[in-house]
Amino acid sequence: MSGSATAVMPVVSAPRTSYWKRNQRKLAPWLFLAPGLLMFLIYVIWPIGNSIWLSFFDWDGLGEKTWLGLDNYAELMDDENFYISLKNNVIWLVLFMLAVPAGLFIAIFLNQTVTGIRIYKSLFFFPFVISQVVVGLIFSWFYAPNFGLLFKLIEWVTGTGIAFLADPDYVTYALVAAGLWPQIAYCMILYLTGLNNISPDQIEAARLDNASGWRMLWYVIIPQLRPATFIAIVVTVIGALRSFDIVSIMTDGGPFGSSRVLSFYMYEQALSEYGYRMGYGAAIAVVLFLIMMIFITGFIWKMVNDERSGG
Amino acid sequence: MFPRPIQKAPQPAQWTYTVALPLALLLWLLPLLGVAVTSIRPASDLAQGNYFGVPSTIALGNYIEIFLNTPMAKYIRNSFIVTIPTVFGAVALSCLCGFALAVYNFRSNLLVFFMFVAGNFVPFQILMVPVRDLTVQTGLYNTYLGLILFHVAFQTGFCTLFMRNFIKALPYELIESARVEGVSEWKIFRHIVLPLMRPAIAALSVLVFTFIWNEYFWATVLTQGADVQPVTAGLFSLNGQWIAQWHLVSAGSIVAALPPVLMFFLMQRHFIAGLTLGATKG
Amino acid sequence: MKLKTKSVILGFAAASLLATAATAQQRVLKYNADYDPIPLKAMEELIADFEAANPDIDVQLTNFDHEGYKTAIRNFLTADAPDLANWYAGNRMAPFVNAGQFMDVSDVWEDNGLKDSLGSALASMTIDGKQWGIPYTYYQWGIYYNRDAYEAAGVELPGDDGVSWDQFVENCEKFKAAGIDCLTTGTKALWPGAGIFDYMNLRTNGYEFHMDLTAGKVEWTDDRVKATFAEWAKIQPYITANHAAIDWQDAAALLVQGKAAHYVMGNFAVGVFKQGGMTDENLGFMVFPEITAGIPRAEEAPTDTIHIPAGASNVDDAKKFLAFLASAEAQTKWNAAQGQLPINKNANVNEDDPFLVAGFEMLSTAEGGIAQFFDRDAPAEMAKVGMEGFQQFMVQPDQLDNILERLEKARQRIYK
Repeated sequence: MSGSATAVMPVVSAPRTSYWKRNQRKLAPWLFLAPGLLMFLIYVIWPIGNSIWLSFFDWDGLGEKTWLGLDNYAELMDDENFYISLKNNVIWLVLFMLAVPAGLFIAIFLNQTVTGIRIYKSLFFFPFVISQVVVGLIFSWFYAPNFGLLFKLIEWVTGTGIAFLADPDYVTYALVAAGLWPQIAYCMILYLTGLNNISPDQIEAARLDNASGWRMLWYVIIPQLRPATFIAIVVTVIGALRSFDIVSIMTDGGPFGSSRVLSFYMYEQALSEYGYRMGYGAAIAVVLFLIMMIFITGFIWKMVNDERSGG
Repeated sequence: MFPRPIQKAPQPAQWTYTVALPLALLLWLLPLLGVAVTSIRPASDLAQGNYFGVPSTIALGNYIEIFLNTPMAKYIRNSFIVTIPTVFGAVALSCLCGFALAVYNFRSNLLVFFMFVAGNFVPFQILMVPVRDLTVQTGLYNTYLGLILFHVAFQTGFCTLFMRNFIKALPYELIESARVEGVSEWKIFRHIVLPLMRPAIAALSVLVFTFIWNEYFWATVLTQGADVQPVTAGLFSLNGQWIAQWHLVSAGSIVAALPPVLMFFLMQRHFIAGLTLGATKG
Repeated sequence: MKLKTKSVILGFAAASLLATAATAQQRVLKYNADYDPIPLKAMEELIADFEAANPDIDVQLTNFDHEGYKTAIRNFLTADAPDLANWYAGNRMAPFVNAGQFMDVSDVWEDNGLKDSLGSALASMTIDGKQWGIPYTYYQWGIYYNRDAYEAAGVELPGDDGVSWDQFVENCEKFKAAGIDCLTTGTKALWPGAGIFDYMNLRTNGYEFHMDLTAGKVEWTDDRVKATFAEWAKIQPYITANHAAIDWQDAAALLVQGKAAHYVMGNFAVGVFKQGGMTDENLGFMVFPEITAGIPRAEEAPTDTIHIPAGASNVDDAKKFLAFLASAEAQTKWNAAQGQLPINKNANVNEDDPFLVAGFEMLSTAEGGIAQFFDRDAPAEMAKVGMEGFQQFMVQPDQLDNILERLEKARQRIYK
């Protein structure tokens, strides 16, 4: 390394121990952290507190703020649309978890060494690389009444097509399916990497014990895939609660608001033409944030434990 | 290896696998293939109800049309102008932060680290009103810079997590011995650690590029109109103008998806290394 | 090599000099609009005319998609105001006027004698005795129908006075038997459903009731509202089933293909019908049938307008553009291209367009009054909740009581 030779130079030329010299190792981390930390505090940490504060006000984003206390939350408790959104968030969260086993299944299916398998793996991963906007448009076309591919397929099989996006009972499930497409790809790639790193010795040992198929998967493979599973669950939970893009693009919350989720309802209340109720929107965001906090605390708790045992 | 290699399976199973593999892929990519075919369908096919048959001609004109009659080229340009500085900014800041958190043992180290980690999981909506307000107040609404600054700040959280873990895995003796020789902390970072971080930098750059290119929510909150808006928000707006013209929507979607797809295929190794970080460690 | 860099730099310098020279001569006029393709083309031609007459002005049009614009305008008015912006007359512009985001343009009206030439729209452009924008077009709503679909279903064509309400409902049954949707619409963007509601309500309860309802003076659980929905329920089963997932253009295609017989729509749709291949031969227009006998006939004719945002930087040229757009020539040209009606009384209605002639005739004999539209007469928040309710009613008519209770709750909150 050529750099280390030149790096010695300044030390030789500065024999006196200045304040900086003595405290360099105490100050250095904060200097390294300063730019990133500052940006992060301004754009992420402070806004969280500010949003919570705003949720106690009535504010149109322009004029004076009016203190409401808990009125926004009281209204939320009596708002049918809030409950619809909350219910849909739960549906998203529960069904999105299917991405984890589905990803594992595809990973196992693809974990072979036949010719061309690398290209297959890439192409299966493909949906994750493209934007949710494009995914949303692709599925809008897929579901479109009268000429959509899926609509036509169902019509061909059963005689009448189903317009999933027009039906309040199906619409959220149809959106979740669209969102699952890239999410399964993500979980698949996590598991493919995980499968690659399982020690062959253990598999061989298990094989000698006559373990095979499901038993092997359950008792030997899945425990070894635990790190991959943890990350898959984390990213899937985050993905489920960030379902804004798909909802905004495919249905705009409709029909009559039945596919809203909290993230979308918040945006609608705070920024759409019909809204500009910043305080009310902030209150919805706070609820969403609190839900997320349950998960964040869980993840962090596990990571702290890992840090402790690992370090 | 799990599952048992297919080569060791009986003949019929091998044949089944050979057939099942392309069939599964076809099914998996069916919606995408449909859109790809629609993007080269002439408008007249759609008008006559030829939605699924062979296109009567290959209408590459759809692609020309979206560039000639819409600000598509401008949207793409905007996306690059927002994405590339964000990649540089977020990677640079997170190298610094990651180094600080991995190498130094100070009291609030873990607290800062977990603040970065937790920030990653925060729903965007809790940031929306204050960040939008801040951007408007500073005159950065509907500017590239306004969008870039936010993205850099937010991505720094994720990238720092990544960088810190990467540096932690480097042999600490390198840094120890440099310190014994009296090398300054900055030079340790600049000349010893940074050169070793190349793979991490490559992986993160590819990932952040893809994330930011595909980002939609902030693009709609912090920008508007074709002057600054990136292609995701632009495509959504065009979709509103192209209603019922699926050949154009499809062509536009393909164009918007192309840069990250190319990035993925060219830099696949780095991309997957970035995504699967931590998926193998105990 | 060195020389090359130098010449490149020189080139850059020259180019930037030229660029500044160009901007020094030309003043930029930023205009944000929300046109669909056909009116966009018409406006671009008009802008070219304006620039030819004012070579020192460069109009930069930023076109948004129609639905996205409704959200975008609140953003750009406060954060990044252009010099001109499209919007709508009546109550729909009130929030922006009251928040001080539109500029008072009474002087443009005064200086160009617009109170006379645009007199018919004066009231809908006036708040606090001042004018806040320039109206340049309006268009009738009504029922467009496909004569071929009538033939296919073996239904007798409507006469010059249209059909009676009972006959209309009866015909729907025949269309259904023939596998044709009697009435089509696409409510993904919600507002097309409000067109049907408005006509049901205007015909059942009349103009005054419509205005009271949108002004929040009537309870949504009122029996008269229920009467409107009772009439609507008669045709609800014959409305295109998947309307909630399609846009109005998709529904237009159904009418064009003869899969649907009627469409309650604004006249701007005629361009789309004709693009799809319909002609004056098979495309028909009729006035929405009378329901409650003896109620003075009221119609819907929304007015589209252009405004100067309070934060505009080039106000002088913006006012010049407004004066130009208010002129008879400009309004004649734009409305002929788009198939709508000019506001300026000296402008010409395109006499060759039977739909425009019919619409003009229908509106000038509407003794009940002219409504703007549900989402323009009601405040935006109420409009959103209401239109979601209308859409839900068309999907789940059995939920009517829930819907009306929800709307009433919203009314009590919004009109405080």
